[in-house]
Amino acid sequence: MSETFSNLNMVVDFLSTGLRLSVPLVFAALAGMLCERSGIFNIALEGMILGGAFGAAVATFFSGTPVGGIFGGMLCGIIAGAILAYLCISLCVNQIVVGITINLLAVGFTAFLSRIIFEGQGSTLDLPGFKAMAIPLLYSIPIVGVVLFRQDVLTYLMYILVGILFIVIFKTKWGLSVRAVGENPAAADTAGISVTGVRYLSVLTGGALASLGGCYLVLTQVNLFSEHMSAGKGFIALAAIALGRWNPIGVFLACLLFGMFDALQLRLQFSNPNVPYQFFAMLPYVAAILALVGIIGKVTPPGATGIPYKRGMSREQAIF
Amino acid sequence: MLNLIRFVYMFKSVWAVLAALLIGSVFISIGGSNPLAAYGALFHGAFFEYFGLASTLVKMCPLILTALAFTVPLRCGQFNIGAEGQMYIGALFATTVALYLPKFPSVIHIVLCTVAGAMGGALWVLLPAILKAYYQLNELIITLLMNYVAIDLVSYFVSGPMLEPGAPYPYSREIPESLFLPYILPNTDAHMGVLIAVVLAILLYVVFKRTSLGFSFITVGRNPDAARFAGMPVQGLMVNSFLISGALAGLGGAFEVLGLKYRLFHLFSPGYGFDGIVVAFLGGANFLFIILAAMFLAGLKSGANIMQRAVGVETTAVEAIQGLVIIFVAASLAFRFDRSHWAHILSVRKMIQKKRTEDKQEKDS
Repeated sequence: MSETFSNLNMVVDFLSTGLRLSVPLVFAALAGMLCERSGIFNIALEGMILGGAFGAAVATFFSGTPVGGIFGGMLCGIIAGAILAYLCISLCVNQIVVGITINLLAVGFTAFLSRIIFEGQGSTLDLPGFKAMAIPLLYSIPIVGVVLFRQDVLTYLMYILVGILFIVIFKTKWGLSVRAVGENPAAADTAGISVTGVRYLSVLTGGALASLGGCYLVLTQVNLFSEHMSAGKGFIALAAIALGRWNPIGVFLACLLFGMFDALQLRLQFSNPNVPYQFFAMLPYVAAILALVGIIGKVTPPGATGIPYKRGMSREQAIF
Repeated sequence: MLNLIRFVYMFKSVWAVLAALLIGSVFISIGGSNPLAAYGALFHGAFFEYFGLASTLVKMCPLILTALAFTVPLRCGQFNIGAEGQMYIGALFATTVALYLPKFPSVIHIVLCTVAGAMGGALWVLLPAILKAYYQLNELIITLLMNYVAIDLVSYFVSGPMLEPGAPYPYSREIPESLFLPYILPNTDAHMGVLIAVVLAILLYVVFKRTSLGFSFITVGRNPDAARFAGMPVQGLMVNSFLISGALAGLGGAFEVLGLKYRLFHLFSPGYGFDGIVVAFLGGANFLFIILAAMFLAGLKSGANIMQRAVGVETTAVEAIQGLVIIFVAASLAFRFDRSHWAHILSVRKMIQKKRTEDKQEKDS
């Protein structure tokens, strides 16, 4: 270990890698948190990241600018969110099944369309992306400044979104509605809040947010689209939501933790070529599981997450 | 007339599938092929050709088992979305018993392998099951994450301790030929596994329809509090539903090794665990309909390869179509036959028609 972190530069390097690996997780986890707060268990995060990545790649490919890519990515995320919302909220279909379906659909569609659009050049593609830009004053803080404030636009957007979501959820009327709908939809309905409306808005916003994670993968990290590039990030994000106790700041910190684990695993993989790489590869997942086991009994999810709501419908009718 | 409309409603899933295929044909056209020719090749190849049918049956086996693995805990109000990982561990256990145990008579050894597979799957779901039943920890996330751990674990074993020397790709040694599952169609890959899967589906149907055990599972799923007041061991039942589920998925993994691949491969399952959830849903979580749904999805999958060879459509197109099918079927379930609604519409139409004929008669006279 002492060799791995022999000097300050390496520490900064490690922390920056960790942060970069956690950015897609943060976007996805914020999205999932918003959905769960409103009562929709969003297991489709994985598909939304993939869809966002695909949309970003296609839109950047045709428009030539990464900003266009963001719009393309968010459009795909919102479409995925709309499917989830319509089936889970309006039609009360089982949320897990719909989520898994959207994931499968995203894999199939993006693979099929990317082969047509990029015609075999998928892995050689070099899309324009966002470059890191340092924020003048903050950047000069030792270590922390270099790690946090020499990043790209999307990372800064992420910081802002964490703050915005915290304020929206805990300090605004709309946030109160979201929490009420997620805890006890019947009571919220009685109080005159449109359960359907709040849930729709949350899920659509969630789709847009999660797709930003995919945009980041394409526009900042690798500058190309590859099939299955979301690689389970959406599922780790689900664990981060619970670990972060459905609080934007907690979720952000949990994602940072998982991102750091991922960076650590990569570093250990390179420094220990004798140990089979699979043990390092499973480290982030094991860490997520252990983290969840560690918070047993200390957290309670929003009361109505996973249960569809329709006036006059009993809980039992909603199972399938 | 009303009965006719009700009849149309009865087949709403079929209409949904057709609608999905119609939209899918747009994608096939984008891909530059004739959709009719493509679908023709797909369904003819999957169900009406000897070798195609065999490959459909081969894919049916894991699909039925993983679908059952999803449905059993679902009936008990639990979610196991870790069938993929449980399949991997089941296959790992079955291969270990097949390769490293001293030689037994062939039948006994096959049974030992299958039992080991089932136990492996059950073992892999034990942790999330206990955490859920006794500590109310969300089983969804844990089972989901454990998939990745299982895949990495199997990957380690087949590229390390179990690696066949000189293999170009991580896979284990071949299991002895005496352990191959018997074929059901000569000269093809179609093996016994699918028959066992069908039998298990029927068995589970009977258990859930006719026995007190099935009834307890359903009661726990519907209303755990009522079940507790009735004296049922709620937590035990929950854990058991998970264990049965894991065993079914593990069996699926074992059959993949014993019936089809004869070795343990790195990444041997193309996502059967998740497809099983889709099958369970298409089958309406009914153990008998699951068999049909698995047959349909297996047909789509095996037909996809045939379609690619025949008309050159990418197999990924079928993955997309598969997703469309599910979304359409899901949406179709929301349309329920409302007798009074349709009766009203019909009576209004009748009145209008009557009025028209009267008006006509008046005019004529």
